[in-house]
Amino acid sequence: MKGPFTLRNGAAVLLLVWLALLPLYANLTNDQFTLTLFTRIVIMALAAVSLNLILGYGGMMSFGHAAYLGIGGYAIGMLAHEGITNGFIQWPVALGASALFALVIGALSLRTRGVYFIMITLAFAQMAYYVIGGIDRYGGDDGLTIYKDSQFGGLVDLNNHVVFYYVCLALLFAGVFIVWRLVNSRFGLVIQGARSNEARMRAIGFPTYRYKLVCFVIAGTMAGLSGALLANNADFVSPSMMYWTRSGDLIIMVVLGGMASPFGAVFGAVALLVLEEALSGITEYWQIILGPLLLLVVLFARGGIDGLLVQLGAWWQARRVKPSAPERASA
Amino acid sequence: MTLFIEQCLNGLQFGLLLFLLAAGLTLVFGIMDLVNLAHGSLYMLGAYFAATFAAWTGNFVLAVILGVAATLVVGMVLEVVVMRRLYGRDHLDHVLGTFGLILFFNEAVRLVWGPAGLSMPLPSWLQVPVEVLPGISYSAYKLALIAVTLAVAGLLYFLVMRTRIGMLIRAGASNREMVGALGVNIKLLYTLVFGLGAALAGLAGLMQAPILTVQIGMGENILILAFVVTVIGGIGSVRGSLVAALLVGFIDTLGRAYLPDVLALVLSHDAAATAGPAISSMLIYLLMALVLIVKPEGLFSAGGR
Amino acid sequence: MSEPKGEPMLEISHLAKRFGGIVATDDVQLAIAPGELHAVIGPNGAGKTTLIAQLSGQLPPDSGRIRFAGTDITRLPVYRRSALGLARSFQITSLFLDHSVLDNVALAVQAHAGHSFRFWHNARREADLRQPAMAALERVGLANRAERRAADLSHGEHRLLELAMALASKPRMLLLDEPMAGLGPDESSRMVTMLQALKGEYTILLVEHDMEAVFALADRITVLVYGRVIASGPPDVIRADEAVREAYLGEEEQEASYA
Repeated sequence: MKGPFTLRNGAAVLLLVWLALLPLYANLTNDQFTLTLFTRIVIMALAAVSLNLILGYGGMMSFGHAAYLGIGGYAIGMLAHEGITNGFIQWPVALGASALFALVIGALSLRTRGVYFIMITLAFAQMAYYVIGGIDRYGGDDGLTIYKDSQFGGLVDLNNHVVFYYVCLALLFAGVFIVWRLVNSRFGLVIQGARSNEARMRAIGFPTYRYKLVCFVIAGTMAGLSGALLANNADFVSPSMMYWTRSGDLIIMVVLGGMASPFGAVFGAVALLVLEEALSGITEYWQIILGPLLLLVVLFARGGIDGLLVQLGAWWQARRVKPSAPERASA
Repeated sequence: MTLFIEQCLNGLQFGLLLFLLAAGLTLVFGIMDLVNLAHGSLYMLGAYFAATFAAWTGNFVLAVILGVAATLVVGMVLEVVVMRRLYGRDHLDHVLGTFGLILFFNEAVRLVWGPAGLSMPLPSWLQVPVEVLPGISYSAYKLALIAVTLAVAGLLYFLVMRTRIGMLIRAGASNREMVGALGVNIKLLYTLVFGLGAALAGLAGLMQAPILTVQIGMGENILILAFVVTVIGGIGSVRGSLVAALLVGFIDTLGRAYLPDVLALVLSHDAAATAGPAISSMLIYLLMALVLIVKPEGLFSAGGR
Repeated sequence: MSEPKGEPMLEISHLAKRFGGIVATDDVQLAIAPGELHAVIGPNGAGKTTLIAQLSGQLPPDSGRIRFAGTDITRLPVYRRSALGLARSFQITSLFLDHSVLDNVALAVQAHAGHSFRFWHNARREADLRQPAMAALERVGLANRAERRAADLSHGEHRLLELAMALASKPRMLLLDEPMAGLGPDESSRMVTMLQALKGEYTILLVEHDMEAVFALADRITVLVYGRVIASGPPDVIRADEAVREAYLGEEEQEASYA
């Protein structure tokens, strides 16, 4: 009965189609703003997908995920500042730096759990924030302007807004696909099992720490990639990219969109950022709505948008099967 | 030497301020198992309320009392309306829900008081320098802060260790179900405990108001430090919060004051000037990392968890 | 007391554990032969759960030794003991409730099917994992519930699932912590039949309160009171032992005085 033709899958496909055709739309309606907005949305969605891997599927509540955005971004920024604008050098450095940080921070943080884990990841992100903000050479608190985007020597021109958008989108698709394969693999089952009942996982013989650490590094690296994209998008990096409230924003995207679901993070990123734009047009004080909204989602719609779509879809399916028959006892 | 004594007093004052915040956090976590990120918002509200009352009444002491009272009321209302629905849920839910509250409070404050922030001037009788030791004078206000916080710490100790309510609090921290089974009005107890935590946070906020500032988002920066203190001290332990807070207060203050000079002994002047501030901001987090490696449950963790 | 013949499967010597002023395990000596079903009984608070916790690795003993199949496992971390062939079921049901029944058991299989740093192929389609899992489910009679969410099962089915997970790891010895906890009379007798069928094939350490089951199943019984072994031997010997009767009788008297 279930099959792949569910409401939620339909919504996901629609969204992906919209994202794919967006530059066409922007071109036809001469609406550059939407392209700019959605470029940022796509990049943040990739970051949210990476957080969903450790938070939604892995149950590791990292409140310092934005640190990797900053590390990836500053890798690009610092290298550009020193005259190295070759993307083939910059991007591997950004990924490598993020992976290394994730390894160190993860190795220390994963020795704790629950609220301690939340706090220590938060603290490490703040550390990164302060340290980078203290380096005057790279702009300190004010941030660092990037005068030249990553150069890929004829392969692709990131200066072109449409090309850049499609690069980001392709990376987002790749990210979603990779995470999807990952979570259903043996590795992914261990991660999900550890979220569900870590004590039992250890009792049946899994050394959970090392699996969680690898997962943490993968997520951090993916977020570092988002950071590199952000740097190229804004031509600017600043320590505020890493401030803990940005980590909070990422968490909101993941939860709002629906944890432990393949498209949830994308739904969440789109929903949050579009909502931000729409609400800030209405009132300056839109966060006063967002705050309680988040609280309501937590209390009543824990499955987020994805969960709601799944529920709606199931309800609609049930109605479609017996459209006018009287209520029967369910099987 | 003069400077050193002054820095030590600053460290003490900062540490005690952190203690006020951390004590509230740790009580709420220890008893209700609630992670409250909006604790920083209560800190901010305390400052805003007191500054407003000071402007209205012109009387500093009255403003302090009213400020604490107002924060206490907000805290209790918050507990009844929101926090109750979060008890028993995953900590993730707490973090998310209270993060939403932070957003709400920041905007609400901006709506009511505007984005510019407030100021809370000190009355003249608190502005005089006091001679603590021959030749060393220190701000009367900061001394008053130290005195008040020590008094509050003493009161807290008395409350938690010697009164019936305190006994319930300690019992609740180690065995929730038992306290409920004893027929104690758990709901009321929780509301009071949360209110107490809110009052402590508000007091901390308004005490800082004349020295630092009263502005939106002031709660977030210090909230993290308060959490670090709670983690180092051991969640659920008020005594742990005190020790950890003093430790953090001294290390942070003295570190910032002296680390660049210490580094200058081994590094070049420029390098020390750059690295100094960066490393001193990190010191506290390094301490927390160290504690988490050696004793993950904190230095004085409350039993039963 | 009769001595087990040959190399014991599990050997506990001078095991001790204190919590502050409370002695939870007091110089416990125990040897279990391969294929034996050994029951550990005792009044509440006797330290049975603490003993299991030390055997499974959750709690480090203060002193003493635990040897399993000739290997000293006293300080071995939890996740390594399973690899050696020591499987445990939990007194308070500890499952992956949001996963399907089959997923639960397949995880137990996966833990012993090589490493899990495989990132691409869908593990739910791996016959190497799914087939042994189904076999374990069939063994305990839960095969028809394989696709259900674990949370949707009844308490009795949960206890069976606990057992299936222990069996799925192809263990040499089972540590069963009150498998009959919370079961009604029908379900209890089904569980007893199940355990009868496992006897001989596996070495079993059974902690239980259900005396009927214990005396029906056990080859030997050890009685723990306040962390001490007060008697150990075949069921008839235990039944007749004075100290044992006093321990249990004493408890009954205490309960009566509260009535």
